Amino acid sequence: MKRYFKVIGAVVWKDLAAELRSRETVSAMIVFSMLMVLVFSIALELNRGARESTAAGVLWATALFSGTLGLNRGLGREQDRGTLEGLLLAPADRSALYFGKFLSSWVLILAVQVVTVPVLSVLYNFNLAQPLVLLSLILGTLGYTGVGTLLSAVSAQTRARDVLLPILLLPVSVPVLMAGVQSSGGALAGEPWSELMIWFSLLVTYDVIFLAVAVMVFEAVVGE
Amino acid sequence: MKSLTWLNIAAAALLATSLALVWFAAPLEASMGAVQKIFYFHVAAAWVGMVGFLITFVVGIIYLIRPNPKLDWLGAATAEVGLLLSIITTVTGSIWARPAWNTWWTWDVRLTTYTIAILIYVGYLFLRGAIEDPTRRARFAAVYGVVGFISVPLTFLSIRLWQSIHPAVIGTATPTSQGGFDMAPIMALIVILAQVTTVLVFAALTATRYRLLELQDQVDAQRALALQAESDLPSHSPATASVAK
Repeated sequence: MKRYFKVIGAVVWKDLAAELRSRETVSAMIVFSMLMVLVFSIALELNRGARESTAAGVLWATALFSGTLGLNRGLGREQDRGTLEGLLLAPADRSALYFGKFLSSWVLILAVQVVTVPVLSVLYNFNLAQPLVLLSLILGTLGYTGVGTLLSAVSAQTRARDVLLPILLLPVSVPVLMAGVQSSGGALAGEPWSELMIWFSLLVTYDVIFLAVAVMVFEAVVGE
Repeated sequence: MKSLTWLNIAAAALLATSLALVWFAAPLEASMGAVQKIFYFHVAAAWVGMVGFLITFVVGIIYLIRPNPKLDWLGAATAEVGLLLSIITTVTGSIWARPAWNTWWTWDVRLTTYTIAILIYVGYLFLRGAIEDPTRRARFAAVYGVVGFISVPLTFLSIRLWQSIHPAVIGTATPTSQGGFDMAPIMALIVILAQVTTVLVFAALTATRYRLLELQDQVDAQRALALQAESDLPSHSPATASVAK
């Protein structure tokens, strides 16, 4: 069991160390997020009233789309450099590799939110960094990254991979988007916990179900 | 292959019969008029389409445990036919919604869920198209068939929860007012006939598609063999043979 966690830790450390040295994925994700915030501001031609009701939607759309970018890079890079075979040859449980890949992608996606949330708060002129909004982001991106890691392992091994990941991932992420927007939007509007609890339950349900499914079928995706 | 031909003929004949009955024999519904006739096939397409996705899901699980190309062909066939029926469901529902709810589109729970299901299975077909190797294609398709199907009830639930907070009623009718009318015996009969017909059409299309995938597989295998033989003949170098493989 201890060895299992060591494998997960090693994969996470490897990915994050590589990312810290190159910073190419995170910086691309952050720039992309900023551009999306800008695009939304122009497209929705925001006035103060519209801003408050759309802030949660903009936050989530930005998180999901920039997340797709990071997920595409995560396993795509391994596939390009042929290092995926190396990883798979390691005498380790495949599910440990999955969890390692999942955690490193999740950390990157959350790191991007650390930049996006304050910037959105400044641009929209009201504080998005509220505990419930952050909880909703953490829970929502968890499930999203869980499915995303599995599906990026699928799309990385196909011909049309950069195009394919969003096509596969976004329709199965509708519950995350719905529950995320509703819970964080409700929290921003000052709704009580009793109203919001159902959305958080939905996020947790999604996370549990899809992490379990992803772990179970990951072997079938990477094992030849 | 005789049985497949007979299945197709029976499905076509039954489809023609029940369509004729819907158009000419079914009485006009009192409040909604002719547009209500959509329901005979709308309801049937809706549930049979979901059954198609369910079969893809079950077959996908079995494939992941015990790989067998036949399961993959079946899963691909039911996903395709299920997709077709879901599109029919959404389009007919939309045509009905225009006069009944006074809009082509509303964020109704079922309408939205079906639309998202359509996008999932379009993705499924994209995925299949992007992979050459048949066993890899089968494995990945099985994985996505499982993941996609599991997300459908959660999508349904999330939209229903959202609807309960924002009741988006457009026009006068509520999204739940669809049943409850007294059915004339002839109507009930045609309803049952439409369900049977759709199941048979589903079976015929699936069987035909399955057969096509099976033949496709044989053609691919033959082609691979031919390429192998061709590259083996002129030069007996193992390098060219391995390239052709």
